[in-house]
Amino acid sequence: MAREHEEQPMHPHAPRRQMTRRQFLSYTLGAAGAFMAGGVIIPMIRFAIDPLLKPKAVVPFVKVAELSQISSQPVSYSFQTLQIDGWIEKNVEQTAWIAKSSAGELFALSPVCKHLGCTIDWNSNPQHPNEFFCPCHAARYTPEGKNLAIAPAPLDEYEVKIENGFVYLGGIRPNTIAT
Amino acid sequence: MLKAVYEWIDGRLDITPMWRDVADHEVPEHVNPAHHFSAFVYCFGGLTFFITVIQILSGMFLTMYYVPDIANAYASVDYLQHKVAFGVIVRGMHHWGASLVIVLMFLHTLRVFFTGSYKNPREMNWVIGMLTFGVMLGLGFTGYLLPWDNKAYFATKVGIEIAASVPFIGETIQNFLQGGDIVGAETIARFFALHVFFLPGVLLALLAAHFILIRKQGISGPL
Repeated sequence: MAREHEEQPMHPHAPRRQMTRRQFLSYTLGAAGAFMAGGVIIPMIRFAIDPLLKPKAVVPFVKVAELSQISSQPVSYSFQTLQIDGWIEKNVEQTAWIAKSSAGELFALSPVCKHLGCTIDWNSNPQHPNEFFCPCHAARYTPEGKNLAIAPAPLDEYEVKIENGFVYLGGIRPNTIAT
Repeated sequence: MLKAVYEWIDGRLDITPMWRDVADHEVPEHVNPAHHFSAFVYCFGGLTFFITVIQILSGMFLTMYYVPDIANAYASVDYLQHKVAFGVIVRGMHHWGASLVIVLMFLHTLRVFFTGSYKNPREMNWVIGMLTFGVMLGLGFTGYLLPWDNKAYFATKVGIEIAASVPFIGETIQNFLQGGDIVGAETIARFFALHVFFLPGVLLALLAAHFILIRKQGISGPL
């Protein structure tokens, strides 16, 4: 009887906005469960998306050609770079089309077509002399790599460094010479 | 928000009776550690299943980097453990979980044995449990080879030698497991296939049967 009296609310007309015991327990159980599930799942997700969060590798410069041999006519030069592919490290052959612009500036173009990634060639189509031509979908570029047909952007270029009469090539970046 | 989504789906598919039937059952007093603390022994089966779920999840994630091939297996495991973020944790879960599953399953078996829960009408579920035990040991054995280090190689060599000592069919078992004349390229390929496709498939079928029988027959009564 005395207990019954104690349980009377202080203000009988004020709505009780307390959490019920059942609610409190289910929230606590849910939070503890979410914490434990998170402890399992979060490391796995971070593990899976690791390639997205890895910093881009810095590409070292490689000696590719002698400066005195570069003319206004693009010539393809091959060179080796170290490719790190997960746990496999190997030397792969890269190609660059090196020439001097009409302003006398040296540039090195990537042979990868900006349309869909095939490999372009210089002066290979008799109908379009003195142009880069892609055999896949007939994309064409000027000697400086400016896109003339099909391709949506100019050819990418290698970063160029000239030291002691030699041309060194580094990473690939968007074209800066073609206008 | 969550409640509205649930009600939208429930209004169309009537899912409440489905999950009620699966999950909404009262825990009998004699198996509830809140009533008798010693009833924690009834948790081992559920804990085994919990670790099994972690094994399946962590294993799925590990295959994003692992390559089952004698030239690449060790290097890919080394890479995922040391170069990939949380690799040491994800592989650690799979490594320690593998041992823990065997331990918990053994404790679960002891509990079933000493409470006499294998008796009529639950004999079939004991048999299914024993088959599950065998599949789990198979998963442990095939998974042990996959890192392709010295321990893996020689443990598998010894394991296959033991299997080869079975009278009459020993050599056949050896050839089936090895795939070739030596423990090598063909062995790791088939151990990987067994470890990630065949045995987990059998395991899930057995677990489904195990759980359906528990639902049908209920938890065994108090001692």
